[in-house]
Parts: sequence; C-alpha cells; structure tokens
Amino acid sequence: MAPGVTLKDPYLESRLYGARSVAALIVILLLMTVLIARYTSLQIDQYEDYITQSEKNRVQLQPVPPKRGLIYDRNGVLLAENRPSFDLALVIERVENLDETLALLREVVSVSEADVERFKRLVKGRRPYEVVPLRFRLSEEEIARISVNSYRLPGVEIAGRLVRHYREPEVFAHVLGYVGRMSESDAENLDPVNYRGTHYVGKIGLEKHYEALLHGKVGYQNVETNAHGRVLRVLERSDPLPGADISLQLDARVQRAAVAALGERRGAVVAIDPADGGVIALVSNPGFNSNLFVNGIGSKAYSELRNSPDKPLFNRAVQGQYPPGSTLKPVLALAGLHHGAVNAVSTVYDPGYFQLPGVEHKYRDWKQHGSSVDLMMSMEQSCDVYYYDLAHRLGIDNIHSFADQFGLGQKTNLDITAERPGLLPSREWKRRVHQAPWYPGETVILGIGQGYMLATPLQLAQLSATLASRGKRFQPRLLRAVNGEPMDPIPLPAVEIAPEHWTLVHQSMRAVVHGARGTANRIRDGLEYEIAGKTGTAQVVGIAQDAKYDADAISERHRDHGLFVSFAPFDAPRIAVAVLLENGEHGAWAAPIARAVIDEYLRETTL
Amino acid sequence: MSGGDYVRQMPEVSSDLAQRSSLVQRFHIDLPLLVLLLALTVFGLLVLYSASGQSMPAVLRQVRFFGVAYVGMFVMAQIKVRQYQRWAPWLYLLGGILLAAVLVAGTGAKGAQRWLSIGGFRFQPSELLKLMVPLTLASYLASRPLPPRFKHVVVSLVLVGLPGALIMLQPDLGTGLIVLASGLIVLFMSGIGWGYLLWALILAAASAWPAWQFMLHDYQKQRILTLFNPDMDKLGSGWNIIQSKTAIGSGGWQGKGWLQGTQSRLDFLPESHTDFVIAVLGEEFGLRGVLILLGLYLLIVLRGLWIGLQAQDSFGRLTAGSITLTFFVYVFVNMGMVSGLLPVVGVPLPLISAGGTSLVTLMGGFGVLMAISTDTRRLR
Repeated sequence: MAPGVTLKDPYLESRLYGARSVAALIVILLLMTVLIARYTSLQIDQYEDYITQSEKNRVQLQPVPPKRGLIYDRNGVLLAENRPSFDLALVIERVENLDETLALLREVVSVSEADVERFKRLVKGRRPYEVVPLRFRLSEEEIARISVNSYRLPGVEIAGRLVRHYREPEVFAHVLGYVGRMSESDAENLDPVNYRGTHYVGKIGLEKHYEALLHGKVGYQNVETNAHGRVLRVLERSDPLPGADISLQLDARVQRAAVAALGERRGAVVAIDPADGGVIALVSNPGFNSNLFVNGIGSKAYSELRNSPDKPLFNRAVQGQYPPGSTLKPVLALAGLHHGAVNAVSTVYDPGYFQLPGVEHKYRDWKQHGSSVDLMMSMEQSCDVYYYDLAHRLGIDNIHSFADQFGLGQKTNLDITAERPGLLPSREWKRRVHQAPWYPGETVILGIGQGYMLATPLQLAQLSATLASRGKRFQPRLLRAVNGEPMDPIPLPAVEIAPEHWTLVHQSMRAVVHGARGTANRIRDGLEYEIAGKTGTAQVVGIAQDAKYDADAISERHRDHGLFVSFAPFDAPRIAVAVLLENGEHGAWAAPIARAVIDEYLRETTL
Repeated sequence: MSGGDYVRQMPEVSSDLAQRSSLVQRFHIDLPLLVLLLALTVFGLLVLYSASGQSMPAVLRQVRFFGVAYVGMFVMAQIKVRQYQRWAPWLYLLGGILLAAVLVAGTGAKGAQRWLSIGGFRFQPSELLKLMVPLTLASYLASRPLPPRFKHVVVSLVLVGLPGALIMLQPDLGTGLIVLASGLIVLFMSGIGWGYLLWALILAAASAWPAWQFMLHDYQKQRILTLFNPDMDKLGSGWNIIQSKTAIGSGGWQGKGWLQGTQSRLDFLPESHTDFVIAVLGEEFGLRGVLILLGLYLLIVLRGLWIGLQAQDSFGRLTAGSITLTFFVYVFVNMGMVSGLLPVVGVPLPLISAGGTSLVTLMGGFGVLMAISTDTRRLR
C-alpha cells in the first residue's frame, strides 16, 4: 500500500455502518408512520366517504320495462303480441377495429347499407359502453353463425328483447296502428319516470290511443355493475306491472271479410253494433305492413308507401272526408217528417230537374222519375228532386240542427287517433269561414249530400247505427274489455222522433235493397235476412250545367265515389255498415261489400 | 464435511437442534428470513387469487414464478460472498452493454423499450442492474477506506448515474429510481459525510425545474399533476388513483372480506393484480391487513439490517444494507403511489404483485442476503 493512503479500519467501518443502520431504521420507521397515517386516513377517517363511493360504483338502479299488453279481437283472436327478437349489437369501446369487425359481420350475416347507415348515426350519439344495435331480428341460423365466430368478434353481442308483432298487419294496420321506437318528441309527452327503459311507444291508431293502458308500469332493479356498466347480478327487484291485455269489439273474421270484399279497390268499411256502438270492423284499403314500422322503416320503403297513388298510409275510415251524397237522404226524410214538411203520402213532381222560384239554374236529377214521387219511392229510387224540394222547404237551419243530432260534422271520439270531424255546414259556419251569406241554392244541393257537406265513413256508420236503433246513440268504441273486465257502452243523447217516422224511413230503406226498383236490389238475391240501406254517389269533379256524366270519358281517379249505408237484420238490427268505394262510380257497387260484411257477421253470430 | 466438524466442536448443543441448524447451514439458508418470505408469499397468493378474479391459472402461473424465484434465491445463496465481490463489476459491465443494446434494438411494451430478445428469451437488462449496481458499488467502496473520499464519491455517482439514466431513457422511471436508490443507499451506508447529503438535497431541489421541463415525458408529468388533483381528469389518468383510493378507503378497519372486494371484482381497479394490488388487499383485508403486511415488511427489513450488522466485512455490510433498504423503497413507493401520496411509477409491491421478472430479481437479492448471513455464521 502506497504511503499517504489511509488504511482501512475495520472497527471504524463497522461502527460507522452501525450508526448508519440506526439512521436508516429511523428513516424507515418515519416513512412507515407516513404510510400508516395515510392508510388510516383513507380507511378510518374517510371510510364513510369511500364506502359510499364504492357502493355507488357498484350498485345501479335500473328500470325494468313492463311487457306491453296484448290485443285480442272480440272472440279472443290474438291481433298484436310481443315476440322475442334477437338483435346484433356492438359495444364500440370493446371493438378492436370497427371497420374490420363490420366487414367480418357482413360475411357472417346479411347487413344492409341502411343498417350500417342507421348504426353509424346511433354510434355518434351514444354514451360510453352503450350497446348500439346494428341488425334487428336475427334468424336462428344467423345467431348460430355469430356465436361460432364470436371469438373473432370482440364487442359484438346478441341482445334479446320483446318486440311488438302484428299477426295480420295488412288487415288491421289502420285500426290498430303501430308502435315504433320512442323519439325525442314522444318522450316529451310521456312520463319520464314510467318510460325509463321503454323503447317502443304507440305511434298511431289504437296503440297510441291506449298507450297508457297498454304500456303498464315500470319496475326497478338494483343491479351490480362493473366498471363498464355491464350487469353482473340483480340485488333486488320490484317487478314491473305489465300493460293491460285488451279485447276489442273488432271481429277479426268480419274485418277479414271486409278486406277481402274490397279486394284491390280503394275504400273503407266501418261496421258498428247499434246496440252499444261497438266497432265490429274498421277497414281502410289498401292497408300496409305495420310490422315494418316497429323497428323503423327504411326511408326507401317509407317513401314508396307515402308516394303511392293509392295512399296506403291514409286511414280513409276516419280521416277520409267525403260528400255523403244520397246516403244523407234518410236524415233529410226524417227531418221532413219530424218538421211536417212531408208525410207518408205527400208527393213531388220530378221533371228531371229542380228550379228555385225565379231562378234559371236547373238542379238536375240523375234520372227523370216522373210525377207523384212519394217518400218511399224517393228513397228506393234515390230521387234527387224530392230532396232538393224537401231541403229547400226545410231550410238550412232546420237541416243543420237536425243532422247535428246524428253527430254529423263532429268527431265521433272513437278510441283511435287522427280522426277528422267532417263538415256539417250552417249559416254561422259559412259566415265564419267564407265571410259570405248562405245562399238558398246551397241548401238545395245539401238535400242530396253535396256541396260543403263532408262525412267520414265512420260517421256514416254511426249514422247507420243511429237509424237502426231508432235514435238511440252510443259513442263508437273499439275497446271491449280490459284484462277481461268488460267496458260499459258510452250512451249519447238520443234522437227523439215519433216512432212512425222511424218505421216509414226504415221501410223506405228496406225498399232500396228489396224493392223492385231499389238502387241496391242487386244484392238481395239469396239473402236469408233483410237489409235496409241507402246508396250514395259523391261527386269528385263538378259537372258542368247540361253536361252529362260519362264515366268512360273521365279518368278512373276522377270518377265518383260510391257509398252505401245499411243495417241488418231489418226487424232487429245487429250490425250497421257504411262502405266507401273510392271512384266506385255508384253506391250500387259499394252495396255488395256491405252485404259480404253483414253476411259474415250474422253467419258467425248465429253459429 | 465441514458441517459435521462444526457439530463435533459444539457438544453442548442438543443434537436435535444441531441437526436442523446444520441442514439449514449446509444450504446457506437464513431461516427467519425464509419464514418471513414464505409468509409473504402465501399472503400474496391469497390476494392474487382474489385480485385476478379467482383465476386459478393466474395463481398457478404466479406459483411457478415463485418456484423459479425461490430456486434462484437458493442458488444465489450458495455462491460465496467473495465471488460476488469479484464478479459483480464484470456483470455490471455486461448489464450496461445490454442496456445500451436495448435502446438500440429492444422491443417495446406500452411505448417503452425494455426488453431484449436473445434466442427466443425475453430479458430485461435493467433487472440485472438492479442487483449489479449495489454489488459493484459495494465492491468498489469496500476495497477503499471508509468513509469514502471525494474522488470515490464522484466515481460512485457515475457508476450509479450512468445505468440509472439509461434505464430512465427507455423510459422506465420506476426501475430507474430503484437502481438509483440502491446505489445511493450503498453510498449512504458507507458513511458518506452529512455534507454530501445536504448538497444532494440542494442539487435535487435545483434540478427539479429543468427535469420537469426537459427530461420528463408528458405522461410522466401527467401522473405527477394528477397526484395533486385526481379530479382533474376523472376518466383519464385520474381514474386509477380515484378508484384505488376508493378501494382502500372502503375497506375500513376490517375490510370487506377475502373475495368480497367490489372495486377490484367489478373491474373498477386497473392493474388490480400487478402494481395496484395493495388496493385489493386494503379493500378486502382493511387497515388490519395493511398493518399486518407492513409488519411483515418491517420484520424483513429488521432481519436484513441485522444480517448487515453481523456481516464479515464492508462488502457484505454495504450489500446487505442496500438490498434491505432498497426492498423498503419498493414498499414505500408502491404503497405511496397507490394511496395517492406519490406519483404513479411502475414499482411493484414486493412479493404481492403478480409478475415474474422483478420477483426473480428481488428473491435473487435475498439469496445474496442469505449468502452474506450464512457466510457470517460460518466464520464465527
């Protein structure tokens, strides 16, 4: 060892090390104290805060949507049900490569451009870890194919739920309406608490009208979720109250018969039970596949429906407002009898036209009925001049107040959406809407249900029911029972007229079908019961003075509408039917449809 | 063999005790240390079973790591202390070269280059240096008079700083800090003057700003910022710390019970079986469990310090001191970061966190400690 270099001193070094060990131990104990203080602070002092936070992390209150109520017809035929449906959905946060996954999915199941389009829209508005649907209603085979490939598809899930399904969508679309995915505007009008967890809501028709009844009450469950919001187990649960199952007055077989009788033709059929206002059938043809709307109809399919010249989305039965034409004549006849303007034997001369005193204008009849037309004949052969004269003698005020009692010009308040009120004109109405006085000529054409007057097929059916029940009136209703509890009919103020007047008008209406010259007597062959009815023809385009209506010369869309109101059996009416045949030319063509409906109903109920 | 001779020289010892002590002696095992390590191992496996979501494969994997680690410790314990002193500098050199190679040709994980693949084996050179830095430094200083002179202090700082800097460049802040700590602890234990420590403190304070500005990666800065305000980025970097604090805090005194921790079981805790495992332990075993764990750690530290005090020479003392105190640095940094006291750096909780690499290194260190311990006794 070189001089000047300090030698190692083992004793000193050992003591030095001992001192440093003590120092290190002191530091260690200090740091341990810091750790213990920290963990004590977290676990003892702030325990309450953290245990609360951890519970909040763990437990989530989740809404459990109720099962939507089922819809049956009057005989227990299921019309609307809930079917389990399996959807393909993705959790974007778990998908490794979205484009690759989508490409792979398209190999495995059929995914349309529209699906991808909607999916991408939903992806933009989602919450983290939300399950975003890509395809609805997977088939068993598709589910199997996805399951087999699931290892290649992280973040892809198959989600099951109950979805509304309509058994015969084309037949019942207009009356039942449909449910659809809840939109923001829907949400604004609904109880946010009760609709937490609900995705489908009645959009139109009965489904919308009885939304509150069908929906039920939301349930809740406390679920344990992990950090990604996945439910791991249910801690406690209060079951939802399922929506009420409802039975309708509708008779599925009658409804089907009406659709079949209309066939390819555009039109509407409404059948009502005069005894309680129950709506036995309500058809607007063409119908549409309401199931398409449940999960959101594609824009292409929707515009096809909307732009179709046949207007399949238009509910003619309650939204269609047509001039009632001659189907108004029974009301006029009753008004005339009631006010003493005519009686059973009074007659009118029909030269083929009617003229107001001192006016050149000729109100034409559809044919010349000759001299001494009485009430029976006027109804049977639908003589226009008789009713021009009668209307003129009654005056607009009497006609308005009398027809008003039958509910014309007012909504019937049927339990369905989008009903239109029709129009029963009056002096006051003319002044208010047209700022013009009422002209006598307008009264004249009102006598045959033309001019301003408009009525829906539903109103005409209600009118028929009122005629059938000799003035007893009920609010038309689809709902028959809720969870098996029958609903009471809703009576309306009756039309009070002397019984002999009813009898006379009834007989005149029987002559329409059964009389030798009845306008609808082509349907009487083979009838096992008697029908009372009235045909009507509603002008679609005005016909110039002295011109003759020539069906062949007018395009099909501009031909007159055919109307028919009726009830049967004549002596004890059980069904009242109104038929509208768009561009059907004449009520005589609408009558067979009414007969088919009545046949089906009476056949069934007499079984 | 020599063991037999030893017993014959100690006739007053009961033959039973002598038999056992001879067996332990023959295989260079420090019994108290082994018992403490086994206790921790069992505790660690229990916590891991829960933290891994009751995954038996994960536990078996860790059992295999422990197997390798215990074998490694056993092998390391058989090597003579003198050999460590001789070979440490060469291994240090090798480690340094490999470290440089990692920076050039290493493979990454999570954006950092730490691994080196040699013939299909993946290997972290920084782990080798965790052991070789303190051994080399102890070897260097022990051959010089202590307390070290200024020149030796400077050389020591270079020997520590160079690998430390290289590791931090990977970047692996946690391992870098451990390597630095292990070296600086050797210097401290060697009796370096308190003046140096004062200067070190001043220098550290002065370099804080430049370090922040030029050396730290953005994510590292983020971690430090979230330490002071975890709510700043609740779903990002603050998430881990909020969730781990919630887990620990909700454990209370008693804990929610084994396998009952909701925070970890429901995936709220990230890294729940690796670096953040103490949160699971705190949640399920409560403060009681934390204190028991700290107690075990303290006993190991005390045993390590005792072994150091009993060591034959300065090399043994310095090495034992460094291994023991570095072990505590792991504990403090990990438990501090998970409870929100320190920024998040990748330091595992010794023997509890799942993982193989650092476990093997750690147990290797204990092997060296046992070599020192039994070396002492053999010569007494």
